Amino acid sequence: MRKQRGFAMRTLARVAVFAALIAVLGLPGSLNVFGNAVPITLQTMGVMLAGAVLGSWRAALAVVVLLVLVAAGLPLLAGGRGGLGVFTGPSAGYLVGWVAGAAVTGWLVERGGRDPGLVRLIVACLVGGVGVIYLFGIPVQALVTGISLRRAAWLSLIFLPGDVIKAVLASLVARGTQRAYPDAVPAVHQERLRSGGGR
Amino acid sequence: MNALTGAYVPGSSPLHRLPAGAKLAGLAVACTALVLLGSPLALAGAGVVVVALYALSRVGVAAAWAQVRPVRWFAVALFGMQLLFAGLDGAVSTTLRVVLAVALAGLVTLTTRTAAMMRALERCLSPARFVGLDPFRLSLLLSLTVRSVPVVAALAARVGEAQRARGVERSVRAFAVPLVVGALRHADALGEALSARGFDDL
Repeated sequence: MRKQRGFAMRTLARVAVFAALIAVLGLPGSLNVFGNAVPITLQTMGVMLAGAVLGSWRAALAVVVLLVLVAAGLPLLAGGRGGLGVFTGPSAGYLVGWVAGAAVTGWLVERGGRDPGLVRLIVACLVGGVGVIYLFGIPVQALVTGISLRRAAWLSLIFLPGDVIKAVLASLVARGTQRAYPDAVPAVHQERLRSGGGR
Repeated sequence: MNALTGAYVPGSSPLHRLPAGAKLAGLAVACTALVLLGSPLALAGAGVVVVALYALSRVGVAAAWAQVRPVRWFAVALFGMQLLFAGLDGAVSTTLRVVLAVALAGLVTLTTRTAAMMRALERCLSPARFVGLDPFRLSLLLSLTVRSVPVVAALAARVGEAQRARGVERSVRAFAVPLVVGALRHADALGEALSARGFDDL
């Protein structure tokens, strides 16, 4: 097989579709958890899923692509938010944290080889999808709003239970996806691409 | 705000005519200045400048409000909290700083076409060519993503209907697994089609 000149189209397509998937998980009315009572945005779940399925740097790229489109003015964030305002607002750090969070989730899942178990998926989603995102989000929130780091951390505790539930859900969904479609395991996909890409 | 046209308000003001890159750079400088401005009086002055810029752009009050609206409750909560802990001066300046930064960024969004902004951001991302993402692949990636949003949304609607028919609409897992598998299948078919048409060699 000839040496690739740049990104393989297969990689490009996966990154684009997952960036779109993260956007769709935030669209109003596309998904109602527990009936209509609780309006929960599943966008961070999409970030974790991208990590678990695409692997580290592809997932990070998918999030970057989504954020670029948001910055360009498309209303792709949960609740139809978009434009440059979200990057100067108080939750800007969380958005930047998505990039690192997706990468760390993917890195941890990649370490699991051909069959990352449910426990590894849960740990990866909790560390990458909650821990790393908070690590970026809390300091920026403290900086923008001028409150102390400690108080910002306390305030973010309100969102912690929901985010932990989303991380567990994301790992369950990733596990189900990888069982139904083995190519959804980053290591398996890599192997197949290396062996010539054919089916 | 239309899903795929963004919030752009057509116009011919000086702000509309500025290149997107210049507006982005200006926004970065202005936001840094906002962080450095300490006193409520200086920030009130900055507020007057922002209002003047909005007037100059002639985007209308409704469009301006739509940009600031998402942070309105946050601003109220922040003001209350700062009033308690940092006094009136601190509360006024912190709240003004947040609202003005969001309003300024919104002004750039309102006066710049999505396509022009995308081109400017693509230029910012051009160092990505060193990791194999040349300008052709970068813009293909961005436009493929924009095109994939309605495709994946339609997929989500179809899966949702199927789940309702089966009576498992309350389960996130029963919804998301078919959605992610379907999206992956679509992505891999798309990648294969692009590869078969020789896009890998471009």
